[in-house]
Amino acid sequence: MKSALNGKTIAGLSIMGFFVLIAIIGSWIAPYDPSAMSSDIMTPPSGAHWFGTTQTGQDIFSQVLVGARGVLVVGLVAGAIATVLSVLIGVTAGFLGGVADEFLSALSNIFLVVPALPLIIIVTSFLPDAGDFLIAFVISATGWAWGARILRAQTLSLRQRDYVEAARATGERTWRLIVFEVLPNLTAIIASSFVGTVIFAVLSVITLSFIGVASVSNWNWGTILFWAQNAQALAQGAWWWFIPAGLCIALLGTALALINFGIDEYVNPRLRTSAGGSKVKMRVGFTPVLRQEGGRS
Amino acid sequence: MRFLLRRALFYLVTAWAAITINFMLPRMLPGDPVQAMIARFQGRLSTDAIASLYVLFGLDTESSMLSQYLTYWGNLFKGDLGLSFTYFPTPVSEVIAQSIPWTLALMGVTTVISFVLGTMIGVYAGWKRGSWIDALLPITTFFSAIPYFWLGLIAISVFAVSWGAFPAAGGYEPGLIPGFDWEFISSALYYSVLPALTVLISSIAGWILGMRNMMVTVSSEDYVTVAHAKGLPEKRVMLGYAARNAVLPSISGFALSLGFIVGGTLLVEMVFSYPGIGYVLFTGVNAKDYPLMQGIFLIITMAVLVANLLADVVYLMLDPRTRKAA
Amino acid sequence: MTPVLEIRDLSVDYGQGEGAVHAVSSVNLVLNRGEVLGLAGESGSGKSTLAYAMTRLLPPPGIITGGEVLHHGRDKPAPVDVLGLSPKQLRSFRWNDIAIVFQGAMNSLNPVSTVASQLEDIYRAHRPEMSRAQRTKRSAELLRLVGISADRLGSYPHQLSGGMRQRVMIAMALALDPEIIIMDEPTTALDVVMQRQILEQMMRLREELGFSVLFITHDISLLVEFSDRIAIMYAGRIVEQAASEDMYRASSHPYSKGLLGSFPALHGPRRPLTGIPGSPPDMRSVPSGCPFHPRCPSAFDVCEREIPVLEKLSGTNGDSSRSVACWLNTPSLSGHPGVGAT
Repeated sequence: MKSALNGKTIAGLSIMGFFVLIAIIGSWIAPYDPSAMSSDIMTPPSGAHWFGTTQTGQDIFSQVLVGARGVLVVGLVAGAIATVLSVLIGVTAGFLGGVADEFLSALSNIFLVVPALPLIIIVTSFLPDAGDFLIAFVISATGWAWGARILRAQTLSLRQRDYVEAARATGERTWRLIVFEVLPNLTAIIASSFVGTVIFAVLSVITLSFIGVASVSNWNWGTILFWAQNAQALAQGAWWWFIPAGLCIALLGTALALINFGIDEYVNPRLRTSAGGSKVKMRVGFTPVLRQEGGRS
Repeated sequence: MRFLLRRALFYLVTAWAAITINFMLPRMLPGDPVQAMIARFQGRLSTDAIASLYVLFGLDTESSMLSQYLTYWGNLFKGDLGLSFTYFPTPVSEVIAQSIPWTLALMGVTTVISFVLGTMIGVYAGWKRGSWIDALLPITTFFSAIPYFWLGLIAISVFAVSWGAFPAAGGYEPGLIPGFDWEFISSALYYSVLPALTVLISSIAGWILGMRNMMVTVSSEDYVTVAHAKGLPEKRVMLGYAARNAVLPSISGFALSLGFIVGGTLLVEMVFSYPGIGYVLFTGVNAKDYPLMQGIFLIITMAVLVANLLADVVYLMLDPRTRKAA
Repeated sequence: MTPVLEIRDLSVDYGQGEGAVHAVSSVNLVLNRGEVLGLAGESGSGKSTLAYAMTRLLPPPGIITGGEVLHHGRDKPAPVDVLGLSPKQLRSFRWNDIAIVFQGAMNSLNPVSTVASQLEDIYRAHRPEMSRAQRTKRSAELLRLVGISADRLGSYPHQLSGGMRQRVMIAMALALDPEIIIMDEPTTALDVVMQRQILEQMMRLREELGFSVLFITHDISLLVEFSDRIAIMYAGRIVEQAASEDMYRASSHPYSKGLLGSFPALHGPRRPLTGIPGSPPDMRSVPSGCPFHPRCPSAFDVCEREIPVLEKLSGTNGDSSRSVACWLNTPSLSGHPGVGAT
């Protein structure tokens, strides 16, 4: 996997690592209790309140630090469950073929076509008490289909490779075949579908918190935006209330997308953006001519 | 034609699945929404409404699940989605009928523009791989990672609150009576600029990236090399040979990404208090108006299915291989 | 014989800097007017790279690092270096002067356009003065020339059989009556019967229309039958060049012998099938000296150290067009009689 560690992947992993760190230590290093009110009402960023305060005097910097955990926990848990589901369904469908494949593919396609966010909103609002793990579960139940579809296609092509056919001919058991011959070759795709699902889960949980479906007493970046929206922060010009949380979401999303580009380029080297500091302009259909002095013998 | 029939059959199955999920949800999930509802609307619910609630939520313990299911279908075919609580006693179907044209206009137009524009930029970026355009990719990535609604918030604060160039909320000048006159339409267009730009900017990045990658992949196909070898003008090779083939997966991807885009667009409507279905959903969520939420879910799903079918028709026109059996 | 295309010292790399792979190294090759020149070698020997490089169609990260490709045009006073053409000149040179029949008929045709549109594209680009009716008429003629009925003009590639697609490719190559046609493994995807039919038809057309052919294949038995001269490539270099007859009867390079021994002869006396031990070198780390020495049955000490140069061979049949790059043919070094008439 060494070549997967290109600049993009490293940048993505670094940002991701930073947020994971915040998620772990955020509640300890937060200067204030995120829910504690104070007399500093709606103050812009200052030395005492780096990201300013809310209209009840809560410290937004502390809210952002504490809120990282909720976002990442839901994102990673949902990503993990959905990935397990997509591997189970996608690989099984691709490997078994026949009626099982028809059925499982149709199932994934249905979940792909049905708009996920409205469904998640409805399911969550039916639930009496939607905590982080419950939300992660609902998100993963609707977010596995994309990965399953890609894994199925890849498994189908792997299944026809010689070494799998050979192992099959020697009477290897199906589950051994899948675990030892097929899965190792799907690692990159599984990783990329995990990252993709985490992006989806992060955006979903933030959306749910923002519209107030998830419990608004659990701090996450969406909750901050929910309160900001409710307090008409926009109309009052309190930009500091919604800029930091939004930028964090965008940065986290960018980091995850960069990790995925790295994986994609590892799988399909043609997608790489630069030819590694080359000075010659590569142009499809017009091979560059770079005559060297003396030439080679 | 067989291709289209197969797809249509699949959409029917999907529609059935969505309706059945909708039927099952209140029956499978814990909690008693009807009791909560009756408590909230003390005395204001007619016995008729309560009865229909029981049917809707399956708390009608006297009839079996199957007969409930049949009643549910029967009501659907009559266009009866129950009564809305937020807009009590307006039927859900009426609430939806009032808001859906706004959503269709805003979402339909911006999604098509975003797809066409994004695909065009992606074609160029993929063709000129390694040029300065590649430097734009990280920026597009960043924009695609921003939640639609947050970009909407920023747009409101910059263009509506600070600058005052555009209205911050609503679909048309308050006080105007909706109708097909120039005053109303121009006002509606003016009010739609910010939400439309928000959806456009958030969604275009995905199309650019996807199309770029397809172009890069297709550019190394034999038929593109042949086109170069034939000495065709570069534009012809890029559009007629590379892009023409690269756009095919993009169109099937369009269908699949639609559900995701719809989700984001609903949120944009909420942020802009745009009189479309997203805003109605938002009010429904806040008021725990289950019949309204469920009705909206069904309508959105059906709209997405129809859009998918349209995308399939376009695909059919663009790819002669699927026309085989025609 | 007058040359129509002259390749001088052509070198091609994949990538740049230290990781660059030298796919073609200082190749010299002459294609004469009206002849069929065969280019053979195992996969990875650089034969296709050479063909794509001389038309500058090599995809990234391919780079031409040196040499000249001189085209002696029918009615041009001086030869033109293809590598020095501007993109505009190159576009007009392509297909007008060199057409290519690509390998793998499957993917060479644009799957979403009709045969007619892909044929007429050529005229729209190169003969803008032709009317629509003229274009259609000419396209129909071309199809008839390769034995396909004109009502196939409206067909899409997936509606044609593999053989038909390959004929369409040939028809396309003939569109502008070029002086040179490169055939890159034109028949590998086809069955043996279809392969012969198509090649025979190609040779008939060549007699009628008088173009020269550079025929690239790994199947040297086809070259022996269909080409006038044969050049053999190994690890990016030409190791032997001779008239087909000479190549078949008395090849000098151990690699050529091995290659000829890996196919059954279609005509002539039967020979035992031998093949070549080992596999083609990894182009990222080509063996020192003669790149073939690790697989060569007759290798001796010099072969490991120094790269043999392609030198004219004298003596046999008095044919001066033979040349070979092998130390065995330098009697002072090897102590063998150099000619491989074994």
